[in-house]
Amino acid sequence: MSDVIDRPILAEEEAARSRLRIIDCDVHPSIHAHSDLDQFLPKRWQQHLRTYGSHLRTPYIGTTPYPRSSPLIARRDAWPPTGGPPGSDLDFMRKQHLDPLDVEYGILQVLDLFIFSQQNLEFGAAIQRAINDWQLAFWSDRDPRLKASILAGQDDTQFAIAEIERCAKIGRYVQINVCPRANEPLGRRRYWPIYARAQELGLPLGIHVGGYGGHAPTGGGWPSYYVEEHQSNAHTMAAQLTSLVLEGVPERFPDLKIVFIEGGFGWIPSATWRMDRHFEAFRSEVPHLKRRPSEYVKEHFWFTTQPIDEPDEAKHLRSLIEWVGADRLLFSSDYPHWDFDDPRFAFKTPLSETERRKIFNGNARALYKL
Amino acid sequence: MARHIVARTSDIPPGGNKVFGVEGRDIVVFHVNGEFFALLNRCPHEGAPLEKAACVARLTSPEPGVYQRSRVGELLRCPWHGWEFDMRNGQSYFDPKRVKVRSYPVAIENGEALQKGPYVAETFPVLVEDSYVIIET
Ligand code: FES
Repeated sequence: MSDVIDRPILAEEEAARSRLRIIDCDVHPSIHAHSDLDQFLPKRWQQHLRTYGSHLRTPYIGTTPYPRSSPLIARRDAWPPTGGPPGSDLDFMRKQHLDPLDVEYGILQVLDLFIFSQQNLEFGAAIQRAINDWQLAFWSDRDPRLKASILAGQDDTQFAIAEIERCAKIGRYVQINVCPRANEPLGRRRYWPIYARAQELGLPLGIHVGGYGGHAPTGGGWPSYYVEEHQSNAHTMAAQLTSLVLEGVPERFPDLKIVFIEGGFGWIPSATWRMDRHFEAFRSEVPHLKRRPSEYVKEHFWFTTQPIDEPDEAKHLRSLIEWVGADRLLFSSDYPHWDFDDPRFAFKTPLSETERRKIFNGNARALYKL
Repeated sequence: MARHIVARTSDIPPGGNKVFGVEGRDIVVFHVNGEFFALLNRCPHEGAPLEKAACVARLTSPEPGVYQRSRVGELLRCPWHGWEFDMRNGQSYFDPKRVKVRSYPVAIENGEALQKGPYVAETFPVLVEDSYVIIET
């Protein structure tokens, strides 16, 4: 059983540690208590948060439509000894994650308060603004390894652009995050002003799975189980990649860089093969595309690695990495969530030194200009 | 075979566990229903510390809506990705590679026919002598 860890552990770990200096593109900080946002949230919206809370397009206020695999979808060992939810204590995050895994940079991805799923767009914009400030004050200012993203839900373009301008002036954010389940597919023209601005600013566009819009997460409707819903993240990402490419976003914004976060990467080959094949037959329908869809995918999109698919045979993962391209992949752990990937053991296939350097560090360093 | 006296039985409360460094390895000892079990404190999947695992029961289901629990507290559920291991021998019950295929016959046949996965957590024999916990490595 080659996958069983039966080798001398400590020596192995030490060696791995000195080899890897990782940029982790998906670290989840949590708000310790909603009152932490008070200093960034106008009174009017503080009151709104206390009185009405979240108003989402899915049922069950204050929770998710499916049971989660573990409380707060977190690793059982990630609850800080000082109290508060996993990911809410910087010192504990340092001790458990950043230091031992030798994280050079961690890109913050905030999911709290259903940040992109609020139906009251004004309230949504207010908490996005507050959380953008909170990311700097509570995280980046206290640990320069942690890099913030500008959260800007795209369904009200004006709000989004205003927030992007405001944060870009501050100049300390490394990407612009938009909602993965917006009102319309992400390639639609209504969202283009945001893409134009991201391109001008030279900030990558981050799309992290999750959140609840009004659409069922699968093309077939609402699933019954968490395990089904988890599976649907890949379908959602494939649909959004298709929309962005076929509606011509990379063609129209050739310098825009797009990062798909927490969608894994196993689905990419078949999605692009299919697009290429159909493009040959239907290119007259999309004359705005000048090149094969796969070429856009290869040049304009990046994908974070977690959750890594684990096929029965390591060689299949090997060819998957080759198909997607080691230059497209960004290592991500998803700390502190239950399906966290440990950089030392996540790839169940050997990587060459060059691939390692690219996936664990080099690609992200170049993309985020770190 | 080396014998290591690591603790008094009273050091590990029922339902609890304790980690011991033995010959450069971390070994976790669980105290469940009056018995002691020792395992390497790392999940064979990605290395999570098994001391943080949930001690769960075996859950089986002969048909949708009918659930049966057995061996309460004797199965470990890894704190990360939730793979389950039998404390008695470290045998995995959760093979993510074939989880659909393998769990299906379990539901139809009697519980003992449960298919075992290929991942085995390393276990060590434990002796309880005069209320001391002894690990053999
Ligand atoms: S590390 Fe234990 S299940 Fe993944």
